[in-house]
Amino acid sequence: MSNSPTTPGIVPARLHSEDYARHFDDLYPSYDPHEAMVAADRCYFCHDAPCITACPTEIDIPLFIRQIQAGQPEAAGKTIFNQNILGGMCARVCPTETLCEGACVREAAEGKPVEIGRLQRYATDKLIAKNAHPFTRAPSTGKRVAVVGAGPAGLACAHRLALHGHDVTLLDAREKPGGLNEYGIAAYKAAHDFARAEVDWLLQIGGITLRQGWKLGVDGTLAELQAEYDAVFLGIGLAGVNALGVAGEDAPGARDAVDFIAELRQTEDLSMLPIGRHVVVIGGGMTAVDAAVQSRLLGAEHVTMVYRRGRDQMGASDYELSHAANEGVKIITNAMPVAVHANGALREVEFAYTHQGPTGLEPTGETFRLKADQLFKAIGQKLEGAPEGLTLDGRKLSVGADGRTSLAGVWAGGDCTGGGEDLTVTAVAQGRDAAESIHAALTAKG
Amino acid sequence: MANLTTNFIGIKSPNPYWLASAPPTDKEYNVVRAFKAGWGGVVWKTLGAEGPPVVNVNGPRYGAVWGADRRLLGLNNIELITDRPLEVNLREIKQVKRDWPDRALVVSLMVPCDEESWKAILKHVEDTDADGVELNFGCPHGMSERGMGSAVGQVPEYIEMVTRWVKQHSRMPCIVKLTPNIADIRKPAEAAKRGGADAVSLINTINSITSVNLDTFSPEPMIDGKGAHGGYCGPAVKPIALNMVAEIARNAETHGLPISGIGGVTTWRDAAEFMTLGAGSVQVCTAAMTYGFGIIKELTAGLSQYMDEKGFTSVEQLVGRAVPNVTDWQYLNLNYVAKAKINQDLCISCGRCFAACEDTSHQAISMSPERKFEVIDAECVACNLCVNVCPVQDCITMEPMAKGKVDPRTGETVGDYANWTSHPNNPMAKAAE
Ligand SMILES: Cc1cc2nc3c(=O)[nH]c(=O)nc-3n(C[C@H](O)[C@H](O)[C@H](O)COP(=O)(O)OP(=O)(O)OC[C@H]3O[C@@H](n4cnc5c(N)ncnc54)[C@H](O)[C@@H]3O)c2cc1C
Ligand SMILES: Cc1cc2nc3c(=O)[nH]c(=O)nc-3n(C[C@H](O)[C@H](O)[C@H](O)COP(=O)(O)O)c2cc1C
Ligand code: SF4
Ligand code: SF4
Ligand code: SF4
Repeated sequence: MSNSPTTPGIVPARLHSEDYARHFDDLYPSYDPHEAMVAADRCYFCHDAPCITACPTEIDIPLFIRQIQAGQPEAAGKTIFNQNILGGMCARVCPTETLCEGACVREAAEGKPVEIGRLQRYATDKLIAKNAHPFTRAPSTGKRVAVVGAGPAGLACAHRLALHGHDVTLLDAREKPGGLNEYGIAAYKAAHDFARAEVDWLLQIGGITLRQGWKLGVDGTLAELQAEYDAVFLGIGLAGVNALGVAGEDAPGARDAVDFIAELRQTEDLSMLPIGRHVVVIGGGMTAVDAAVQSRLLGAEHVTMVYRRGRDQMGASDYELSHAANEGVKIITNAMPVAVHANGALREVEFAYTHQGPTGLEPTGETFRLKADQLFKAIGQKLEGAPEGLTLDGRKLSVGADGRTSLAGVWAGGDCTGGGEDLTVTAVAQGRDAAESIHAALTAKG
Repeated sequence: MANLTTNFIGIKSPNPYWLASAPPTDKEYNVVRAFKAGWGGVVWKTLGAEGPPVVNVNGPRYGAVWGADRRLLGLNNIELITDRPLEVNLREIKQVKRDWPDRALVVSLMVPCDEESWKAILKHVEDTDADGVELNFGCPHGMSERGMGSAVGQVPEYIEMVTRWVKQHSRMPCIVKLTPNIADIRKPAEAAKRGGADAVSLINTINSITSVNLDTFSPEPMIDGKGAHGGYCGPAVKPIALNMVAEIARNAETHGLPISGIGGVTTWRDAAEFMTLGAGSVQVCTAAMTYGFGIIKELTAGLSQYMDEKGFTSVEQLVGRAVPNVTDWQYLNLNYVAKAKINQDLCISCGRCFAACEDTSHQAISMSPERKFEVIDAECVACNLCVNVCPVQDCITMEPMAKGKVDPRTGETVGDYANWTSHPNNPMAKAAE
C-alpha cells in the first residue's frame, strides 16, 4: 500500500492487498448443504406459483426448490437450465427483489421471501461443478445460424439452437465472450471468473463455433451473413453511451462508467487500478451504482452519485441503493450537471438542483459544486453499430414477440431490442425464445 | 402457582414428570442429575435377571427422522435392557431413594416368563425401598426374540399371569407397561387389570425402520451392512400414544385404571394433553435424550401456567377431563354442518388450499385470475384439508352453520343432533324415539 484513501489525485494502491481480495469476493457465498435445506424448506410449493410468472425465463421455481429439498440439487440445476442456460449468472445478478423474490408469497406475508436467487445459485453451482454438460444435442439438422454478440442473449440463443441440432457460429467483437457478464456486471457479483467458466461450460453442448474479434459492420455485413447462413440472430447489446452534453465533459479524469467497469473487470491485480480520492458518478441506474460502489471498494475516500430526478425514478432498485449507501456512497437526487471544471486535471463538477416544471425537468436556479478528481458518466447506453435497413422501435431494434426483426431471416434479442427491461435474465429469455422461433422456421415443412 | 404435586397409585412426586425407563435412568449419575434439574421421578432402566447382563451392539443403536433444520421428529433404537450388573443397579437404586425420598423411583423389570424368576427379582427390588415396579412388556426388539418384552405384552394371558405373580410376591405398587405393537390396546390393559395391576403405562416403542441406505441397501441404523427393526419414539409417536391412552381411559372394562402416559412428550402441552385423556403421570424419554434434563423447567412452568390460566389448583382436576368427549364415529353429530372460511386479510395467495381441494377433495375452492381464493359453500364438505395445508395459521377457519340455516350443498336445513345409528342410510338404524 503505497497510497491511502486520502492521497490526492487518481492513484492506484489506496488499500492493502488483502482488502482488494476481500472487497471483490462473492457478495453472497454459496449456501452450504444444510443452509440450502433450511432455505428450501421455506418454499410452500405454491399452486401456479407467482414467482414463476415473475421470472422472465419462467423457471419452475417450486419444482427446483423441491428437488433441493429431496436431496438432488443437480436435478434442481437441470430444471433451472431447462429454462435458463445462464441460470448460474442470473442467480448472482438478477435483481430478485423486483423479480421472483418480489413476487414470492412470503414476501407479501412476512417481508421475507424464499431466497430463490441463492437457492438457484446453490443448485446451479452443484451441477456446473460436476463439469458434465447436462444436455445432449439433437442430431445435426445441417442448418447453419450466425449469432452476432456473445452476451447473454447470444449465448442463450446459440445454446438453444445447438441443442436442436443446428450448427452455430457465434461472432463477437470483443476479445472474450460473455458480453456484459464479462465486462459489465459488478466484480463482486461474478467473482472467481465465473463469467468465463460459465461460457466454457455452456459451450460443452457442442455445435457452437466461437469467433472473437469479429465485428459486424467491420469484418462483415449483415447481407453477407444472410447469404452464408440459414438465419441470423443479433444480440449486440448497447455498444454506445449517452453523452452528458455539458461543457468540459471530456476533461481528463472524466470517462464513461461502462469503460471504467470493463477495465476493472479485466484487471488481474486491482491494486494496480488507479482511482480518484473524490469520485463523482452521474446517473441513477445499475451502472451508476456499480461504478460508485466499486470506486469505494477500490479505496476512493469520497464517492457521490448524483441523479437528476427523484429517488423513486432511479433505475437502481432499493436493494442496490441501500447496498451503495452501506458501502459509503453518498446519493444526491434532483440535481443535474451544468459544468465540469478542470485546470489540466479535473477539479469540480457543478450541478443545478432541479424540479419538475411545466415543460419537464428544470433547474431551480440553485447550484452547487462537488470536488472531483474523477467523474464517471452513467446516464445510459445506446444502440450503436446496428446494421442498416432494420426497423427501429424508438432507439432500439424493433422485434416481434418471437424476436423477428423487420428483415426476413433475421432475429434479434437482448438489450439491443425494445421490450423488457435491460437485464441479463431478460436477454436470456429473448435469446432462447428467438432460437425456438428460428428452429421452428428452419424445420417448418421440409 | 398451581400445585403440581402428584400422587400416582400412592407414589408421590413433586410433579407429574417422570423419566421413562431408558438410558436417562440407567444409572445413579444420570438420575441424580435429573433430580437436581427438577424431575419428579424416574422409572429405572429395565433390570434383567441375575447372572451375566445382556450385551448391546457395539455399532449405532439409534436411527432418526428429522425436519429440514435437523429437528429430531422421531427416534428409533435397538438398545436392550440394562447391560450393567444387577447388583450395581440395585445398590444405586437404594442409594438414590435414600438421598431423594421425595421423588418417585419406580424400577422397571423384565425377566424370563416363569414364576421363580419374578419372585427372585422382586425380593431384590423390595430391599431397595423403591416406590414400585413397572413390568416391561413392551420392548419390541431383541428381548422379544427371547420370549420377553413385547412377546409377553402381545399375549394378554401372559400379561395377566405375570402380573398376578408380581402382586402375589410383592407388596409394591405394580405398573404394567404396554406395547403398542398390537391390534387392540384394550386387551392387554384388561389383562393387566385382571392380573391385579395398579396401573398401566404406555406406550413403549413402535416397531420401525427409520430409513434405508440407498447406497448399501441396508436399513438404518445399520450394523455391518444389516439392520434390525427398532423401537420408534419421540414427537412422531405422540398421536398414536394419545389414542391408545384414550382407548383405555374410556373402555368400560378399564375405565378408572390409573395410566402413566408415555410417547413423544416434548413440551408441557403434550403432557397436558396426555393428562386430559386420563394419564395421572407422564413419562419422558426422547425429549430428554434430545435436549437434556434442562427441559424440565419448561415442562413444569408451562403446566403451572396453563393450570393457573384455567383455574385448576391440582393436577387431578386436569386428569381425564377430555375423556368424556372421546367417542365412536357412529355417535358423531351428522347435523353438525360447517363451512371453510378464508380470511382474505390473512391469505397470502399461495394456492395450496386450491390445489389440495381441486386435485384431491371436493373442488370447493375457486381461484380468480388475481389469485383470490374463495370457498364455494355449495361444494364445501368441511373436510378441513384446506385448513391443514394452509401455511398461515388461522387464515382458514371452520365456521359451524347455525341450526335452521340451509346447507347450500345439500339443500337441507341444519337440524338437531342426529347420528349414524338413526340415519336412514344405515341398514342397522334403530328407529328414532
Ligand atoms: C455496469 C452494468 C451492470 C449491470 N448489472 C446488471 C445486474 O446486476 N443484473 C442484471 O440483470 N443486469 C445487469 N446489467 C444489464 C445486463 O448486463 C444486460 O442487460 C445484458 O448483458 C444484456 O445482454 P445482451 O446479450 O443483450 O448484451 P451484452 O451483454 O451487451 O452483449 C452484447 C455482445 O455483443 C457484442 N457486440 C456488440 N456490437 C457488436 C458488433 N458490431 N459486432 C460483433 N459483436 C458485437 C459485444 O461485444 C457483447 O459481447 C448491467 C449492465 C451494466 C452496463
Ligand atoms: C434408547 C432407548 C432405550 C429404551 N429402553 C427401554 C427399556 O429398557 N425399558 C423400557 O420399558 N422402555 C425402554 N424404552 C422406551 C421408553 O421408555 C419410552 O417408552 C419410549 O421411548 C416412548 O417415550 P418417548 O417418546 O418420550 O421417548 C427405551 C427407549 C429408548 C429410546
Ligand atoms: S433467473 Fe433470476 S428472476 Fe428468474 S428465478 Fe432465477 S434469480 Fe429469479
Ligand atoms: S412464491 Fe415463494 S413460496 Fe411460493 S413457490 Fe414461489 S418461492 Fe415458493
Ligand atoms: S392456503 Fe391459505 S394462504 Fe394459501 S391461498 Fe389458501 S387460504 Fe390463502
